[in-house]
Amino acid sequence: MTATAEMTKNLTQPELQAAFYDLDEHDHPEGGSTMLGFWMYLMSDCLIFAMLFAAYGVLGGSFAAGPGPKDLFDLKLIALNTAMLLFSSITYGFAMLAMEKDNRGGTQLWLLVTALFGAAFLFIELYEFSHLIHEGATPMRSGFLTAFFSLVGTHGLHVTFGLIWLFTLVVQIGKKGLIPANKRRLMCLSLFWHFLDVIWIGVFTFVYLMGML
Amino acid sequence: MEVVDHSHWSPLLGRLWWDAMPQEPIVLATFVVVALGGAALVAGLTYFKLWGYLWKEWFTSVDHKKIGIMYMVLGLVMFLRGFADAVMMRIQQAIAFGGNEGYLNAHHYDQIFTAHGVIMIFFVAMPFVTGLMNYIVPLQIGARDVSFPFLNNFSFWMTTAGAVLVMASLFIGEFAQTGWLAYPPLSNLAYSPWVGVDYYIWALQIAGVGTLLSGVNLIATIVKMRAPGMTMMRMPIFTWTALCTNILIVAAFPVLTAVMTMLTVDRYLGFNFFTNDFGGSPMMYVNLIWIWGHPEVYILILPLFGVFSEVTSTFSGKRLFGYSSMVYATLCITILSYLVWLHHFFTMGSGASVNSFFGITTMVISIPTGAKLFNWLFTMYRGRIRFELPMMWTVAFMLTFTVGGMTGVLLAVPPADFVLHNSLFLIAHFHNVIIGGVLFGIFAAINYWWPKAFGFKLNQFWGKVSFWLWVPGFWVAFMPLYILGLMGVTRRMRTFDDPSLQIFFVIAGIGAAMIAGGIAAMLVQFAVSVWKREELKDESGDPWNGRTLEWATSSPPPEYNFAFTPVVHDIDAWDDMKRCGVTRPTAGFRSIHMPKGTGTGLILAGLSTVLGFAMIWYIWWLAAVSFLGVIGYAIFHTFNYKRDYHIPVETVEATEAERTRQLAAVGA
Repeated sequence: MTATAEMTKNLTQPELQAAFYDLDEHDHPEGGSTMLGFWMYLMSDCLIFAMLFAAYGVLGGSFAAGPGPKDLFDLKLIALNTAMLLFSSITYGFAMLAMEKDNRGGTQLWLLVTALFGAAFLFIELYEFSHLIHEGATPMRSGFLTAFFSLVGTHGLHVTFGLIWLFTLVVQIGKKGLIPANKRRLMCLSLFWHFLDVIWIGVFTFVYLMGML
Repeated sequence: MEVVDHSHWSPLLGRLWWDAMPQEPIVLATFVVVALGGAALVAGLTYFKLWGYLWKEWFTSVDHKKIGIMYMVLGLVMFLRGFADAVMMRIQQAIAFGGNEGYLNAHHYDQIFTAHGVIMIFFVAMPFVTGLMNYIVPLQIGARDVSFPFLNNFSFWMTTAGAVLVMASLFIGEFAQTGWLAYPPLSNLAYSPWVGVDYYIWALQIAGVGTLLSGVNLIATIVKMRAPGMTMMRMPIFTWTALCTNILIVAAFPVLTAVMTMLTVDRYLGFNFFTNDFGGSPMMYVNLIWIWGHPEVYILILPLFGVFSEVTSTFSGKRLFGYSSMVYATLCITILSYLVWLHHFFTMGSGASVNSFFGITTMVISIPTGAKLFNWLFTMYRGRIRFELPMMWTVAFMLTFTVGGMTGVLLAVPPADFVLHNSLFLIAHFHNVIIGGVLFGIFAAINYWWPKAFGFKLNQFWGKVSFWLWVPGFWVAFMPLYILGLMGVTRRMRTFDDPSLQIFFVIAGIGAAMIAGGIAAMLVQFAVSVWKREELKDESGDPWNGRTLEWATSSPPPEYNFAFTPVVHDIDAWDDMKRCGVTRPTAGFRSIHMPKGTGTGLILAGLSTVLGFAMIWYIWWLAAVSFLGVIGYAIFHTFNYKRDYHIPVETVEATEAERTRQLAAVGA
């Protein structure tokens, strides 16, 4: 006789049913797995960046007689750029604080400020890219430049999609208010946005700082 | 063969021109047959007015059971295509001796062996495995659906979109001629200038999105949605292996996405990731793709290890021997699968130390795998074994897979690998484990769970015919390849000079013919079973005296799976319930909260197919339009907040009353 059978041998049938079935079940709240699922997606995205970092690690010294980091990078510009992205993370934090207080307008306002900083980051990045390409340092020039443009560009693409998502959410909060579904979405975008910050810290350190040392 | 000029490009159609139409008689004839068959299918569906039914009940359904079945159908269709490629290769190699060029030119033959590998892995094994996990896991953990039902439907259609692109390449343009992993520099634009590799890239990228999302979905489902009382160490082994497989998927497929993207920018924008000049590194591709590729083989086999565990314990009438050692063995394999990728290219020249490390890790993997085999054997030991079809496939697996595993350990020895690398010995080895492990496992699973999915068992006679053609057929087809490989014959050869080798290829061809018979018998088995479904009917919902929760509900299960969520007290929860004599509650039902179907997944995947096609053919305007369409429609979808509904209590009551009647009829 199994342990459970031993334990339940004196129970009546209704008692047995109550022990083996959830007879008083209620609707499960929606979105209970969303944060876990989104976190796993982020980790998978992190792996894509890991591959790009690895490729940069392998190809970062392959200049093919072309320009290297010291010929190309302007640390002051990158510092400004980094500041833009970090500010945008702080302001996203303010948006989340406003959300916690159920302040719809405040949330929207801080989201738009975040978008402004994000757009400034993208603008500076595009300026840097066009400057490099103008100087002949195109991604086709060498393995190093291929890996550089791909890594930094993929990050930039993520920021771009983050912005599209952000504007979508501003509209959705306007239409529906801070309902649980929208709060969940804000939380996901928050994870996404800070994640991009973390990636950028890696880019800044490994690509720019270590390239200039 | 003369070189065809494919440099034509127009703004409207890109590279698409008359030269993309089938040129060779074999392809043309296939095209005509497929076109006629397709037209007949469409006409039939229209005539019987089935489109509405298919759209409403299947294509837009978010029910994990229906999506699981659709995955299995996709896998089966693509299996027939992949097997047709195999037969063509076997015939070519059996006749192309002593100056005979055979019947396939090099351009065609190279596409066939590439397509065979790509299709069998990505569009046969993956849909089969994903389909099984989709169908069974929520039932085994006592859940009503997966965590993200819409994503599930979307994942299926993205996988299908990839399959559609591969199939399109057969008739429009060409497929890659690079081998299934498309190593550069061969896959670079300089050596593969036309659309073949682009079809490969976009098919894998689009299907990869689906695979990754279904991985995330099933992990979240298993972690979050288990029935009360089902702790991790009370989960059925199949669910455990599904969990590990999906962890592998989430941790491996992004690597494939990244490396495919790198190849894409090399080909489309002239980047230098994998070029020979300007500082690129082709060997980096080989490393990266195998960092995905080796976990991939465990993604394929682990769920089937789970199937064999369920089957062995059910048909031995015993609890699985060594449940926790099985769990830890699975976890060991999951982790070790990331530490062996370099054994695919010992000959790269990494040096003795690196090769030794990867050789040893590879051999170490055979330890947990061996532990599993002993667990299955000890489960059978002193069991009351019923040799039903699923159990027969399991025994065939144990014998076949063990031999395949041993030749794998042989290949893991770097000096031996220097001799056997790229030879037919390797081909024999991985077919030995993939057919003997994955495919036999799929067949065991289909025979085991078919009655759950459809409410009637599969015909035994034709199942046995299939089994006895398949298993010996496999051995006849692949043992000659071991011998040829030991003699130094390399893979992917179209013609041979040494006439003394021909007999081995003829024998292998006979084996392939036996397998063809096995496949035909399986199709007959399905047809006969559907035809005689009244005789094979199972109303109990538990035809095999099963042990896990999927057998606790009716066959096929209602949309909501369980009217009351079961509460779990032990491993093998359903067996436990039967031993305690619990009867099914027949009153006090409530309305049930369920997700609503949506066509969004199909529409997004359709747009992605167009996007892939446009990118393959350089139709830039269409690529831009379809890309904006994907983004726009996805955003539009997020504005729909009403994604659920309640099954009214009356419906639940009616369904459950029918179930009560059914059970009374079988006297349970």
